Amino acid sequence: MSNLIKYRILGISLLAVSLLVPIYVNSVHAQKGSINGAGATFPYPLIDTWRVEYQKVNPDVNLNYASIGSGGGIKQFTEKTVDFGASDAPLSETEFQKAGSAVHIPETLGSVVLAYNIPEVTTPLKLTGPVIADIFLGKITKWDDPKIKELNPDVTLPSENIVTVHRSDGSGTTFVFTDYLSKVSPDWNHTIGKGKSVQWPVGIGAPGNEGVAASIQGTPYTIGYVELAYALTTQMNYASVQNKEGNFITPSVNSTMEAVSAEASTLPSGSASWSSVTITDPSGPDSYPISSFSYLLLYKDLSTNPSIDEQKAKAIAEFVEWATTDGQQFAEPLGYVPLPQSVVDVNEATLKSLTFKGNPLITN
Amino acid sequence: MPPKDSKNTHAELVKKLDLQSRKSFIGDKFFKGLVIGASVYTLFMVALVFFALADGSLPIFLKEGINFVTGTDWNAVEGRESFGALPYIIGTLVSSTIAMAIAVPISVGIAIFITEMMKNKIGTVLSFIVELLAAVPSIIYGLWGLFVFRFWIRDYIEEPLHNTFGDFSLFAQAPFGLDVFTAGIILAIMIIPIITAVSREVIKAIPHSQKEAAYALGATRWEMVKTAILPSSRTGLMGATFLGLGRAIGETMLVTLVIGNAIGLAAIPTSLFSQSQTLSSIIANEFNEASNDLHLSALIGLGLVLFVITIFINVAAIYIISKVSKSYSNLRE
Repeated sequence: MSNLIKYRILGISLLAVSLLVPIYVNSVHAQKGSINGAGATFPYPLIDTWRVEYQKVNPDVNLNYASIGSGGGIKQFTEKTVDFGASDAPLSETEFQKAGSAVHIPETLGSVVLAYNIPEVTTPLKLTGPVIADIFLGKITKWDDPKIKELNPDVTLPSENIVTVHRSDGSGTTFVFTDYLSKVSPDWNHTIGKGKSVQWPVGIGAPGNEGVAASIQGTPYTIGYVELAYALTTQMNYASVQNKEGNFITPSVNSTMEAVSAEASTLPSGSASWSSVTITDPSGPDSYPISSFSYLLLYKDLSTNPSIDEQKAKAIAEFVEWATTDGQQFAEPLGYVPLPQSVVDVNEATLKSLTFKGNPLITN
Repeated sequence: MPPKDSKNTHAELVKKLDLQSRKSFIGDKFFKGLVIGASVYTLFMVALVFFALADGSLPIFLKEGINFVTGTDWNAVEGRESFGALPYIIGTLVSSTIAMAIAVPISVGIAIFITEMMKNKIGTVLSFIVELLAAVPSIIYGLWGLFVFRFWIRDYIEEPLHNTFGDFSLFAQAPFGLDVFTAGIILAIMIIPIITAVSREVIKAIPHSQKEAAYALGATRWEMVKTAILPSSRTGLMGATFLGLGRAIGETMLVTLVIGNAIGLAAIPTSLFSQSQTLSSIIANEFNEASNDLHLSALIGLGLVLFVITIFINVAAIYIISKVSKSYSNLRE
């Protein structure tokens, strides 16, 4: 009898706790001095480092970042449920119209490398954009195809079938890669196009950079694309890619920075539409051709989001300013490419144009 | 204790009973309300899910019409949107069919082995181990499949099959290890414990008299299993099978890791070693980054298709079970 009562009390209290926990968690999230962001998974390790490091700079500000994917980040940003969004691709024209007055702030860079597994080949393979497109279209099916042989006269290529590996999940990496292929191969542009997930005619889909890497490493004669940072840490073989000037460039932090510097003068102002901004296939003799920005998204006037008050707006602007300047020192150790000065300058102008109810937030 | 007056005890008992019955009367009412509430809640949730799915997928059905179910194109590129669910419906059915074809005989075999052949400690240990498999999260099976098991399947099953029977279209494609076949095998491993556990209970529940009758008529052990166990547990085994099928159809991350995730027309498997994709795995793959409204609606539409398939299978299961049990009871009469 008394046991029964005990169990009932236990049950009721468990029920009560389970009902109260979400309320408590909500109130924690809503506390003052916290900046909430959501979006792309690619910059998450960097933003998480910023969260820790910025506490040392400004102990009053608490940063929360949910890496739910670029799509989710854009959605939450547009619905004004977060203070800032993050996306690997710029807002499309329709997304930009829907959001109202959004500004794009490039916060870091990524490049996409072509990793392959051919046991017989030890020297880095050389590839051109059109050849890569033909491989992923299923038009070049053997490793000793004349088109690949022609680019690599010194390499003995095996007569094996090429297996291509792509990302199965929607991803900014896929966007950058297909954006590049659309630029260099009319055939690709016509049949596939660019997007976070596209209709791959051949090959194997694997989830995440890890999935692609695992599929390539375990199986000979595969080729796929992964983030530079991922290829560096997993020590995969990756190809040099021919750029616009005809040079074969090995992907690296430096060659990515070259690409961005070469294209920085073409960037629009922060509050304009960035939907057509890409830095793939850039000019410059030393530029690696497949790289892109990752963006933070803010409203030009931060009061557009009714949950942001003036104090918070200031805190957000200051944090972003810190992240795009002092915060860049944390990029390279994590395998990210730091922003070159030309982009930092573009960001500075954008940040100075941010307002709260018409008043500028950063004045100095 | 001194013996009490019997009359007195009787009166006390009546009083006690009365009190208790009144108490339990209130309890009964409360319990009835609770049970009805729980059932209504469940029905309400199902209705809500259906409504949410139907509402969310309305835009894609308005645009594509029936083409959404029969189409094979899956293009989320802005300006070229076109969505058809057929490859993923086929992918789901094929991978689940392979899983069932492997899992059902093995599970029923294990169940018979444990209950009839090895009633001693070994059987107990074996059933414990099988049930332990059920506690492994499916993502672990998936990762194990991706990093370890697919190489075994490719090297020891797929390669020999491809080399020997490569002329048949079923084995024609060069094996890679990430395909519907691998997905089916790993799904089978995942659902074996469930089917085994239910089958074991079903077989255990068969009266001893039936088995002994079979033995008394001179049946061997196999004949006993064939004549006494399998016919009378058919309904229960069918139920166990459909329980496993339900898990196999809805499984997401495990399948995503090993099925090869082809898309569009390429996702319709042409051989056992083809890459494919299931309804739930493409939702898991693309939902996070689907910012385009139509793409999102198409993914919710896939959810609706999966929902309808699941309902259809369950209804079919109930129908088949009722048919089978009826024919069996007819047979007995």
